[in-house]
Amino acid sequence: MTHAVVIRGLGVSRGGREILHSIDTTVEAGSITGLLGPSGSGKTTLLRCLVGVQVIAEGSVEVLGLPGGDVRLRRRFGYVTQAPSVYGDLTVTENLRYFAAVLGTSRSDIANVLTDVGLNDHASDVVNRLSGGQQARVSLATALLGKPELLVLDEPTVGLDPVLRRDLWRLFAELAASGVTLIVSSHVMQEAQHCQRLLLLRDGRILAQGTPNELRQRAGVDDLDDVFLRLIENEQGADA
Amino acid sequence: MNAAITLATARRVLNQLRRDPRTVALLLVVPAALLCLLRWLLTNERANFDHIGAPVLAIFPFVLMVVVTSVATLRERTTGTLERLLTMPMHKLDLLLGYALAFGTVAIAQVGISVALALGPLGLHVAGAGWLLFVVGVLDALLGMALGLFLSAFARTEFQAVQFMPAVVFPQLLLCGLLTPRSSMDAALRAVSDVLPLTYAIDAMQRVTSSSGAGHRIGIDLTVVCATMIAALVLGAVTLRRRTR
Repeated sequence: MTHAVVIRGLGVSRGGREILHSIDTTVEAGSITGLLGPSGSGKTTLLRCLVGVQVIAEGSVEVLGLPGGDVRLRRRFGYVTQAPSVYGDLTVTENLRYFAAVLGTSRSDIANVLTDVGLNDHASDVVNRLSGGQQARVSLATALLGKPELLVLDEPTVGLDPVLRRDLWRLFAELAASGVTLIVSSHVMQEAQHCQRLLLLRDGRILAQGTPNELRQRAGVDDLDDVFLRLIENEQGADA
Repeated sequence: MNAAITLATARRVLNQLRRDPRTVALLLVVPAALLCLLRWLLTNERANFDHIGAPVLAIFPFVLMVVVTSVATLRERTTGTLERLLTMPMHKLDLLLGYALAFGTVAIAQVGISVALALGPLGLHVAGAGWLLFVVGVLDALLGMALGLFLSAFARTEFQAVQFMPAVVFPQLLLCGLLTPRSSMDAALRAVSDVLPLTYAIDAMQRVTSSSGAGHRIGIDLTVVCATMIAALVLGAVTLRRRTR
């Protein structure tokens, strides 16, 4: 297995406070990795390190064989921030046309990503007039432009109804099957069942990493919701 | 740098403006309406209108451009689209030049309307040529645009960006030589006035007012205006940070 992402001793601090401490992990190419943890645990900061918009204090981040933030990477990954980062006063198609122009991809790509996220019927709607879930999918569609090898998705399913969530996870699985590497953050443990590998983050440290089954076994519980709680308790017990 | 990305950005910004007819109306109508107000105010002082008409014609677009561009680019920062763009193959200058092209187009329309109105129905008399009035006016508006793009780097919120107007624009208005001739200013104030870009923008307009032909001094004024504009754009690109804390 080749590694899409290799992180070694990564540390990030903001205003004298450490946000991430000595993170060590690797992500296999063509897999879905779930980055899970409570809000404020450093998930977004870790994703920002991957896409090269975060100032790093120590350690290294390697993405697709290049240092994180390398110019050559800018066409090779898609990034979806937590809040939909698209132009609310433009239509869905105008947004995609603009980002496609920046990426230098073909116009046919726009139709493909619209179908991928199920927004064909809303192509000429102004983004501000769409629902929150639809806006999130416009943002996702933008990240799919140019067939990226790596997708970095920050809470892409938050606020979506169950049917849409299911559809998106299906899309993520299809993308992974076609060789795309996905890193998906969430604060909902139930999302973990869709991932091949999990990274549990707490207070800027990796609490545990492994496949969902490995983590279930380590925690000694079946329900994924309980896994996180049990692992925290175990750690606190070990500290005492 | 990539011309296709710059043009796509300009088209996108103009598309956004098109969706916001109220802002377009404010940009195009307000300077013209203020000129009408000035003309009305000076009904019995025609000489005075001819004297300050051209400089004032430059000031309104300049001020409006500072505000509109600083808020527009700040919005790009706060909505996360800037962060997305900076993870894409986009040079920072592509983005700023795209904005410059879009607002430059607006400036041409804005100043065109004001100049046509001033020289036509309002009967403004200047010694210089009408086209020169237009060229200087557009360059002055572009100077405001570039300063706005640069200033937005120092504002965290739209509220702060709007506050930059009194902080950055008003001192320039006071010291540009319109209120009091520069020759009668205190030496220290005059020195400050010498380094403020609006001084040169207004000086150029005053020269169009009082002398015919494109003189040597107007050339110097416009060179300073253009150099400041380019410097503000480049500094704006430098202050756009790809990596943040």
